Amino acid sequence: MTQSARSFTGVQGSSFILKAITTLILAAGAVIIMIPFLYLLSTAVKDRDQLRQSPPPLIPIAATTVNINGQDEPLYRVTIDGQTREMALIKNRPGGKGLFVDPANPEQTYELVIAGQTAIKHVEMHFENFPESLKQMKFNKLLINTLLVTFLGMAGMLFSCSLVAYGFSRFRAPWLNVLFILLLSTIMLPSQVRLLPTYVLFNKLGWVDTLLPLIIPQFFANAYDVFLLRQFFMTIPLELDDAAKIDGASPMQTLLFIILPQARPALVSVAIFHFLYAWNDFYEPLIYLHSPEHWTLAVGLQTFNALYAVNTNYIMAASAVMILPPIILYFLAQRIFTQGVVFTGIKG
Amino acid sequence: MNSSPRIGLARRESLWAYAFISPWILGFIIFTIGPMLASLFFSFTEYNIVDSPRWIGLTNYINLFRDELFWHSLGITFKYAIIALPLGLVFSYFIAVLLNQKITGINIWRTIYFLPSVIAGVAVALLWGRIFDPKFGILNPFLEQFGIKGPGWLADPQWAVPALVIMSLWSVGGNVIIYLAGLQGVPTELYDAAKVDGATAWQRFRHVTLPMTTPVIFYNLILGLIGTFQYFTEVYVLTNGTGNPARSTLFYNLYLYQNAFRYFHMGYASTMAWVLFLIVLVFTLLIFRSSDAWVYYEGQLRGR
Repeated sequence: MTQSARSFTGVQGSSFILKAITTLILAAGAVIIMIPFLYLLSTAVKDRDQLRQSPPPLIPIAATTVNINGQDEPLYRVTIDGQTREMALIKNRPGGKGLFVDPANPEQTYELVIAGQTAIKHVEMHFENFPESLKQMKFNKLLINTLLVTFLGMAGMLFSCSLVAYGFSRFRAPWLNVLFILLLSTIMLPSQVRLLPTYVLFNKLGWVDTLLPLIIPQFFANAYDVFLLRQFFMTIPLELDDAAKIDGASPMQTLLFIILPQARPALVSVAIFHFLYAWNDFYEPLIYLHSPEHWTLAVGLQTFNALYAVNTNYIMAASAVMILPPIILYFLAQRIFTQGVVFTGIKG
Repeated sequence: MNSSPRIGLARRESLWAYAFISPWILGFIIFTIGPMLASLFFSFTEYNIVDSPRWIGLTNYINLFRDELFWHSLGITFKYAIIALPLGLVFSYFIAVLLNQKITGINIWRTIYFLPSVIAGVAVALLWGRIFDPKFGILNPFLEQFGIKGPGWLADPQWAVPALVIMSLWSVGGNVIIYLAGLQGVPTELYDAAKVDGATAWQRFRHVTLPMTTPVIFYNLILGLIGTFQYFTEVYVLTNGTGNPARSTLFYNLYLYQNAFRYFHMGYASTMAWVLFLIVLVFTLLIFRSSDAWVYYEGQLRGR
């Protein structure tokens, strides 16, 4: 991707007004995109009482209370005789009225219409929700499983896809082009058509309810990553191969010592994509992993929600933790990420 | 010239090629073509995994076409596709055009717009489930600001699919990136030539930008179509795999999952998988066929 942004109106033609309108629309859209994230974080740090606020405030606030005779009573900013004072509401009275007292002098009560007073609120965040929710959903176990699936699968993918991409980019052989087109056509194959017998196969092997069905197939290459790596390998000058060949290197050595070091950006790119894919994958972990000790984060989080949906704060806290690694990765490797999407489209 | 060592070299080169691609060939046999044939076979059998498959001929196919839920789930999937696909394509194209402008801070805007596309999956579905909640969510209070009384969204059979469409629009970032690359690939000379001819901004967009980016639109359309027919995670998470309320979100793939892994009707589910495969194939071919009429291949120009 080139860095120069080019407007559809042409570089010189776009007027100031058009730019201003564009910026305004983009800003409005950006707010719409960011609000769900804000809602996620604010819900994650609310306690039960705060969750019951409807409509939910985007900043987690709670009613400020004061202790009157051993009871926590909500504090209000009230106006009496033109004077604004902070008072606690100790009792509701019929007709929308309430009994208010000055915390400094709780003996004297004032009966006032509640609707006319403003409740005092303060920002209140319960960060203990994070460790608590992670403990409840047995996060550590899920994380270990997810990391195993992700990184062992990544190793298998990098290993097999490098070999296959090298085979497709550097050699001539009968039918090789046909095989390459066949490989690409598998991108368009709906996965369901091969899913059930694959399940039956893993079931026969006794691998259902283990992590193996999620890891082992990665050692047999996949169309997206082979395609991306092959496209990159093609840009590496053939002279390098020839030089290695003259020095007596075998094709395997050429791949290991010439091609792969040159292809580092592409390898990083497919590795990142694989991470995102494996981290977010839900369908296959759902069908293959039955017992909780084998679940990945995606399955664990879904089940956590199915069982404890009322604890929205915990669910959101766990969700926030789950989306954190992809987001960090995205910020660290944004350029690689966007270039990779251009090559392959998003996987999965 | 001596030809035999040449043949030997060529043969050796072929052997190396096949050796290097052998992981994929093996994988293709074990995990693609083998299972495809097996599921075709299963589709003519009654099979519950425990007992061996029993040949029942076309019974599954006949039952499928009589199965109301099959038509129902197909209908929902089409309904979603008809709304979400064009909307997503137009929406992401529009954003890509905006993100292609030369304005200050464009990289920050791009970062924000691409962000949701990296976090697809369970967490996002759970988040949107809360956002749509009529009482404790934030969407309806937001709509109320404009005097609109929001529906029950995921709790309302009428509004559950539209809610899923809205959710999908939030993460169109992946499409936007691809469009953006397409837009940046349009040669500047074309704009210059159009300007010399006195074309307005709209005419330049309509007659230069749009035709030049049709291959990218085509690419996103095909992948979007395939993705739509595989739609699963979001709806499974939001309905705990039920497809409720009132089966209004029983997508094709979800119904297939239920048959396969809830009721263990592997034969019937295989029939569904093959019918799905054929549907996707027909639509893909139709789009490919139509592409002659509307997709402009840059190679024709670049090949000079």
